[in-house]
Amino acid sequence: MTSELPPEFIVKIDYNMCRQCKRCVMNCSFGCMHFTDRVVPEHKLCVACQRCVTFCPEHAITITKNELAYKENTNWSPETRQNILKQAETGGILLTGMGNPRDYPILWDHLLVDACQVTNPSIDPLREPMELRTFLGRKPDRLEFVESEDGEIDLATELEPQVRLDVPIVFGAMSYGAVSLSVHRSLAMAAARSGTLMNTGEGGLHRELYPYSGNIIVQVASGRFGVHSEYLNTSAMVEIKIGQGAKPGIGGHLPGEKVDEDISKTRMIPVGSDAISPAPHHDIYSIEDLSQLIYAIKEATDYEKPVSVKISAVHNVAAIASGIVRAGADVVTIDGFRGGTGAAPMVIRDNVGIPIELALAAVDERLRNEGIRNNASIICAGGIRNSGDMAKAIALGADAVVIGTAALVALGCRICQKCYTGNCAWGIATQRPELVRRLDPQVGAERLTNLLTAWSLELKEILGSLGVNSIESLRGSRERLRGIGLDPRTLELLGVKPAGVGQ
Amino acid sequence: MRCNCYIPSGCSVSGIMSESGRRQDGNAIIKSIALMHDRSNGLGGGFAAYGIYPRYSDLYAFHLMFDNIAAKERCEEYLKDMFDIVRDEEMPTRPGGVYEGVTAGRYEEEGVQPITDPPILWRYFMDVPEAKTRFVSDREYVVGQVMEINSEVEGAFVASSGKNMGAFKGVGYPEDIGVFYKLDEYKAYIWTAHGRFPTNTPGWWGGAHPFCLLDWSIVHNGEISSYGINKRYLEPFGYRLELRTDTEVVAYLFDLLVRRHKLPIELAAKVLASPFWEDIDRMPDRERGITTALRQVYGGALLNGPFSIILGHSRGMVGFNDRIKLRPMTCARKDDMLYMSSEESAIREIAPDLDEVWSPRAGTPVIGELDEGVA
Repeated sequence: MTSELPPEFIVKIDYNMCRQCKRCVMNCSFGCMHFTDRVVPEHKLCVACQRCVTFCPEHAITITKNELAYKENTNWSPETRQNILKQAETGGILLTGMGNPRDYPILWDHLLVDACQVTNPSIDPLREPMELRTFLGRKPDRLEFVESEDGEIDLATELEPQVRLDVPIVFGAMSYGAVSLSVHRSLAMAAARSGTLMNTGEGGLHRELYPYSGNIIVQVASGRFGVHSEYLNTSAMVEIKIGQGAKPGIGGHLPGEKVDEDISKTRMIPVGSDAISPAPHHDIYSIEDLSQLIYAIKEATDYEKPVSVKISAVHNVAAIASGIVRAGADVVTIDGFRGGTGAAPMVIRDNVGIPIELALAAVDERLRNEGIRNNASIICAGGIRNSGDMAKAIALGADAVVIGTAALVALGCRICQKCYTGNCAWGIATQRPELVRRLDPQVGAERLTNLLTAWSLELKEILGSLGVNSIESLRGSRERLRGIGLDPRTLELLGVKPAGVGQ
Repeated sequence: MRCNCYIPSGCSVSGIMSESGRRQDGNAIIKSIALMHDRSNGLGGGFAAYGIYPRYSDLYAFHLMFDNIAAKERCEEYLKDMFDIVRDEEMPTRPGGVYEGVTAGRYEEEGVQPITDPPILWRYFMDVPEAKTRFVSDREYVVGQVMEINSEVEGAFVASSGKNMGAFKGVGYPEDIGVFYKLDEYKAYIWTAHGRFPTNTPGWWGGAHPFCLLDWSIVHNGEISSYGINKRYLEPFGYRLELRTDTEVVAYLFDLLVRRHKLPIELAAKVLASPFWEDIDRMPDRERGITTALRQVYGGALLNGPFSIILGHSRGMVGFNDRIKLRPMTCARKDDMLYMSSEESAIREIAPDLDEVWSPRAGTPVIGELDEGVA
């Protein structure tokens, strides 16, 4: 049966401008462009990834929505009907990529930052030091000192391992397999240059990236792909992945077609076999089990590396995070429901989880109320779009934020949400060698470094306008935030006052 | 009396200490702070004095402010349950008293009244019943009671709660407050003073400086821009920050760091106004290790924003500035006397001939300590 789905997009080619160079045909990885006596698009195959539009030297291509493919109806949106048709044709779960695109409120856009006037002067970051240095890891509640034999004061408390970040931004977990090696290389180089961390995701670490060990978070997920002793020790930090914001409670599946020689070696699975991550860890069915894994990893790494536990933002996230800290985690990473993914069932991505803003506020407040906030760092992931979001997240209580989607956009991603097809025209979410080649890691690393530099400069401007010169004075300082257009209950949950209220 | 507004301040500060423990009356400190009249606006002034109650030096001296008789009765019921009250009396005052110095006669010009409408001011000398402190230390117990009265007993406010010391504060110019409280009749080895310029809202008696807890007193010129996180950092340790003024966090932070966490004062000052990383990175190993650990562990206690602060306690006086010195502070020595002030002129006013005068570097504390064996 041929599909009844009308094309989602219309590819318009201005034949007066086209000089038939065929660059679009070569660039389209979805097979949408053909050349007969001229370029002929097959509209149905277009995913609006913008590759052809970007590379057409004559700017002869425009892609538009197929506006009235479905007659207007507020209740039955084109997408709703399209999805029903797809499922009627296939009987399958709808797959999708990237983060939740639905029209849920974005609370970052309802938070406003304070600034100084007169009584507390703002500080010019171009003239005064402005400190962003951040340490991830468990801190004691207090320090103890002893007087040494020579009459000097010595530190008696031994601190658990701390990982230094020069910018409070780490790259999100994206596995080799879901993304290309070029992406991993770009992330690792940029992390090293910027003094921060990249995260391997659940697919192991390619040996060529071992030299970047000081800037790498190695992940241990339910599939345990690529996990071995050397891997755990080739890192700045180890992360146990319990959940992912885009698909809380759901495992992962890397199709066998993507498992080539290199990925097979890295993941330690046979070439061409599916890599299936179970929904739960089969050795974690309780908080005690998690504690065992945390300490197994600490044993394996000689207590030299902080262990992070990543969870998705779900209803009871604060209590869960508290349990995780008490179970021995040094860092809690919370991933909100806007966090990205290479592939997830659409129904899960679009309907499960809670916004990171609320989850972060709840976790930070809970840990403080229990007097254990110092015992773990909080990393906030899932939907950080710009330095403003980052500043607000830090003010709500995060030690650092994660960027995944934003990093991919810097590398060329156009958020077409077709990562799960393996056809990424930008060389990001693909293993097709001719596509992977499109992403030059040197260029990628430079673009990512630029992004981190730009956000750092912007964050320093924000700190300066707040009249503080160190990130510690923004972290958790909700007094410097105000809510606009939020109901009283939401304000209370976020712990911020409404705009218009002074101190 | 308690208003629900947070009050940033402009202000002047001054402090005098005899390191040999000689006690002198309040005339000098009043004269010093009076010179900086124009740094305040008549909405608050106050003094802290150490060594003033030698007869009751083993008892906690509570200076209390009450909105009305009912509040006093409520509070006394509470105090009777919690303490052994050895003596209590009205604070001696001189209603209508006006400072007869350089600022005399300004009231008509400026249309500001001298001290008006004071709350009921009462002091209590109290002991902690042994039965109450089976599981906590005396001082921990007193802190808990101060927090309880300030948050829960409506219309009552504890101005100070230390031994052999007290706070004298209110709404008005500081020199007039000094006259009002008859400070010329007290003798102390440490005096600190504050003149206030709140930039919004009416001042209230409890909101004037110094802020005190146990024998800690803080006078503060500036604004704590990191108040939001300092408050959230302190709350899990049991401090209740309901006075809505940034200065109280400084008093509580010192209490936490020095009394409870037992940090030496130098290190506590390093936590509150920490060196910059670029300087820490160049420190010798031991110092770098200590300073790095302090910043890692006590980040929530870092004070940010413009401030110069004089901390008083029963063994000494500490002056320090914010990390980039956005507020003035000058220090001086003459024989056994240590002076700290917003302006050198306020020191010269009472000690024209000094051995040494200097402006401490940003973030570098100046620590005055009583000589060993004194007091």
